[in-house]
Amino acid sequence: MPLSAHNADKDIHEEMEKNGIERRDFIKWAGAMTATFALPASFTPLTAKAVEVANRLPVIWLHMAECTGCSESLLRSEDPSIDSVIFDYINLEYHETIMVASGHQADLSLEQAIEKHKGNYVLMVEGGIPKGTEYFLTMGAQARTGAQECIHAAKHAKAIFAIGTCSSFGGVQAAYPNPSNAQSLDKIISQPIVNVPGCPPSEKNIVGNIIYFIMFGTLPRLDAYNRPTWAYGHRVHDLCERRGHFDAGEFVQHFGDENAKNGFCLYKVGCKGPYTFNNCSKLRFNSHTSWPIQAGHGCIGCSEPNFWDTMSPFEEPISNRLIVPVTTAFGGAGADKVADTVGVVALSASAIGIAAHALISGLNKDKDA
Amino acid sequence: MAKKIIVDPITRIEGHLRIEVVVDDNNVITDAFSSSTLFRGLETIIKHRDPRDAGFIAQRICGVCTYSHYKAGISAVENALGITPPLNAQLVRSLMNIALLLHDHVVHFYTLHGLDWCDLLSALKADPKKASQVAFHYSEYPLGTGADELKEVQKRVGDFAKQGALGPFNNGYYGHKTYHLSSEQNLIVLSHYLKLLAIQREAAKMTAIFGAKQPHPQSLTVGGITSVMDVLDPTRLAEWKSKFETVRDFVNRAYYADIVMAASQFNKEDSVLHGCGLKNFIAYEEILLSRGKHLLSSGIVLGGDLNTLHPINEDLIKEEVTHSWYEYHDTKEVQLHPYDGQTNPHYTGFKDGESVGLSGKLEKSKVLDPHNKYSWIKSPRYDGMPMEVGPLASLAVGLAAKNPHTTKVAHQFLKDTGLPIEAIFSTLGRTAARCLEAKILVDNGLQTWDSLVENLKSDQSTCAPYVIDKNKEYKGRYIGQVPRGMLSHWVRIKNGVVENYQAVVPSTWNAGARDSKGQKGPYEMSLIGTKLADLTQPLEIIRTIHSFDPCIACSVHVMDCKGQDFGEFRVDPSFARFDKGGQHG
Repeated sequence: MPLSAHNADKDIHEEMEKNGIERRDFIKWAGAMTATFALPASFTPLTAKAVEVANRLPVIWLHMAECTGCSESLLRSEDPSIDSVIFDYINLEYHETIMVASGHQADLSLEQAIEKHKGNYVLMVEGGIPKGTEYFLTMGAQARTGAQECIHAAKHAKAIFAIGTCSSFGGVQAAYPNPSNAQSLDKIISQPIVNVPGCPPSEKNIVGNIIYFIMFGTLPRLDAYNRPTWAYGHRVHDLCERRGHFDAGEFVQHFGDENAKNGFCLYKVGCKGPYTFNNCSKLRFNSHTSWPIQAGHGCIGCSEPNFWDTMSPFEEPISNRLIVPVTTAFGGAGADKVADTVGVVALSASAIGIAAHALISGLNKDKDA
Repeated sequence: MAKKIIVDPITRIEGHLRIEVVVDDNNVITDAFSSSTLFRGLETIIKHRDPRDAGFIAQRICGVCTYSHYKAGISAVENALGITPPLNAQLVRSLMNIALLLHDHVVHFYTLHGLDWCDLLSALKADPKKASQVAFHYSEYPLGTGADELKEVQKRVGDFAKQGALGPFNNGYYGHKTYHLSSEQNLIVLSHYLKLLAIQREAAKMTAIFGAKQPHPQSLTVGGITSVMDVLDPTRLAEWKSKFETVRDFVNRAYYADIVMAASQFNKEDSVLHGCGLKNFIAYEEILLSRGKHLLSSGIVLGGDLNTLHPINEDLIKEEVTHSWYEYHDTKEVQLHPYDGQTNPHYTGFKDGESVGLSGKLEKSKVLDPHNKYSWIKSPRYDGMPMEVGPLASLAVGLAAKNPHTTKVAHQFLKDTGLPIEAIFSTLGRTAARCLEAKILVDNGLQTWDSLVENLKSDQSTCAPYVIDKNKEYKGRYIGQVPRGMLSHWVRIKNGVVENYQAVVPSTWNAGARDSKGQKGPYEMSLIGTKLADLTQPLEIIRTIHSFDPCIACSVHVMDCKGQDFGEFRVDPSFARFDKGGQHG
């Protein structure tokens, strides 16, 4: 349902009526958004109220060392649709993949946006940022560096989001040996940052954070890695559709085997769902079309810091490793650091469970043979 | 006096691209330089890792052609290990490739390139009723162009413009002299622009049905595919077909019609009638229709001679770095084959200079050093020659190969537009070729789907077994056709881990710097001779560069590190895993 772009001094109801939107539809929509953020239904009137008083939110989106996958993910947004996001919710002042202006005119757009919305715009950054070796990324006729551009745009931002694992944690280019010395956004600027990791994050997790900010005018609650808990509060494993098979000790042994056809658990072919915090198993991707585990491939842990190093090889279980890297999901800066004591205990228990299941499953297989 | 124009950033592309041109007193471009200003290093990162992971890391080369490098990385390792995936897996991979090609082409024309042809603000002045009639000139059943619908589009964008908050549409070159669509025609394109935002979502879902998600699908594995449950589920097969039909409808009733319309209105605009100085093309076969039968053809066309098709010899694909920010170590060779490729960064930076600023006056700026190195993109060469890749190359090769699918669509297009065949060698032709490739795909893509259904009746296998022998050395490659042209990945495997990895990607072929002989690549060649109407609004440059659909993160080569000291590796041969020595154990 498209909401009209509106100014604070205009009456929202008048605007809605003009756009053919009835109060009832609006409350229905607010209810859906409330559910998206896993808030109790009693929040619905608050959700509606928050949007009523909001402006179309000015957004500046910067591109650093990246693959543009996060922008592509944003374009897949369906509820609200991407055209609605662009026309009705936000004022996307700068986004290189979509914007018409190039070259000097693009630079002008950036400066105009910062000036016009000083202290009121949201900054979103996609991509890692080379540090100390800044020449690995320059832009504009003056060849300013990516780091300079982030610092400049962050200065007057109302809120800052690191979109994707690259700006949240450095991402693929920061994987060992990190040839361009790529860093996460929080290593470049000093302001507080909300991290929205994932490679890429689902369209829901990107747009959801924008909507959250529009609705409540505040940042969402965060975990130890500054990830919003509404999206990253649970393990992929917790709501996995194959969880029943995990609990029953039924595992895919090799891709393409009979167990794969039956949708058994993917742990033994490397699924990192037990160590990964994200809502993929609930919201999936591309408007609920699918997600990796539905498609028969294990989770690779893409919303965890340093997952390219700590979660690989992606098609082997972590417990099978003969060499334990310096930091893993189990130690150092791994995923479980964010869990409370209960979580750690639970995971340890599930690790024991995994070993037991694997053994049982192995025995069953031998029996079948 | 000669003046320099800098366009940086080139927006509505993937990645970071700078174009610099030199214009003479008549505003005609006399020299051009293409530079990527970002380096990431992914090929280095792939090294010393489990070969099964190569495809996942390679995939992150690009989130736009998100499936291309995934498939390439997995297939290169399969080629090295001597694996042939089961036919089901090959066909599903093809269905995913059809989805990606269609997605990329429609997104390219509307989201990325469309506003180079369509003046958005002019559309607001159009008469919707008249526009609705105009649409019938280009399609028997036009899509999204009813008078009411057009009125709504106009109102939506108009309200937006009236607020003075144009957002992403701010500071465009509205009213530029080289826009040639009428207000009504502009409105038709604008309506399709908005419609496409929904269509691209459906096209992306086509990849996600068998691929888990898009961008960055996750259902290929060395040996085959993992989405066996989706493949065996009739509702999933039907979902793919239904979305294919939706996209097909859009291609036939909107995309193709708009391209014919643009061709008819821009057929006297000089700045889009050349833009193809090179005329050397290379393309590779792609889209498996049934066992062993491909939709698109392989080969080489030289100097625009469509009567002669040359076969491809893989050994002749090489890259050089004379004008790129890298250097080769321990060799006298100027060009290296990708199996032996090196990518040692050697940054020499910008120089202080002057260029035309926003006001039209010369301003101090950082400029590229044309005599030295000036880009993070290497220069691929085939038998020493620069080559253009992409849908135009595939079209030229298809015509030279007398591919019936290509020939049929190309001849229909020439008939519909009244253009001579030579017209395809131009900016306009390059943009049209992308649409014609989409047309070939929507006309024939269901053959792949039919083949899959037929094969599933007797065969449900999706993965081929294999072993990686730690004591053996392997080398292999993938070559194929992806949305921006011919892509190749080259891998060597030793001790059970990746020993060397190189990707020679479409935008590297097209956007690369000049070579040691001074031969320019396709981007640079395409700009020379173009006259600019207004030096402060270089729309002609952007239009021509966009016709290639630049994908710059793809094209930036990554460190090979040959000759560099990484000395602290400790490889456990029994488990394909590197680690930094000395930190534990």
